Amino acid sequence: MHDANANRAAQTFATLTASAVLVNPVGLHARPSVKLTQLAKGFTAKIEIALATDGPWTDAKSPVKVMRVKAPQGATLHFRIAGPDGEAALAAMLALVHDGFGEA
Amino acid sequence: MSSLRPGNVGIVIVSHSPKIAEGAADMVRQMVGDAVPLAWTGGDVDGGLGTNVAGILEAIETAWSPAGVAILVDLGGAETNSEMAVEMLPEDRRARVLVCNAPVVEGAVIAATESSGGSPLAAVKRSAEEFYA
Repeated sequence: MHDANANRAAQTFATLTASAVLVNPVGLHARPSVKLTQLAKGFTAKIEIALATDGPWTDAKSPVKVMRVKAPQGATLHFRIAGPDGEAALAAMLALVHDGFGEA
Repeated sequence: MSSLRPGNVGIVIVSHSPKIAEGAADMVRQMVGDAVPLAWTGGDVDGGLGTNVAGILEAIETAWSPAGVAILVDLGGAETNSEMAVEMLPEDRRARVLVCNAPVVEGAVIAATESSGGSPLAAVKRSAEEFYA
């Protein structure tokens, strides 16, 4: 059992990237930041966001760091995700942005 | 986010002003949802500005969670009275209550966000304190 777990932990996952435009009127302000963080925390994958493809990358599970990104409406939010549930995480994160965090 | 999960760390808001404490709690409920045990207290026993130990103890009881409770405070007396309240708790609960060194409003929202994701007490405190980092 220990060996199996060790193998699983050592396994590397492909890094998935995608982007979405922030459509909600106020961009990534406090409330959307909280929603994004809460959603990200539901996945085991490492989830990062950035305003440009070359970063700087921010841990999407940290509410303080996500708020500091201060992404305005119309900004493109890039995602970089790696983990066993990475694909589901990416789909969920993109859906949240597309839906304007339930505000648009 | 929709239902109360008793396994999540509880949040207690302590301000000299009951209006600030209640308003901060409103922000937590609106922004983070109902998944986190939450209580607030503010004002002295005569209804003036201040804090009181009995009120803080009651709030800790209301927001109690087996995962522990993170307390957000505003100024001086709120912190010392919160520490006094923690001292008065039964011994088995004392170690599971932490006063955060964070701004009361922002810290409460961040701590609750962290808690709503199921994070342990130490992580909740650390996240709230990132505001001063």
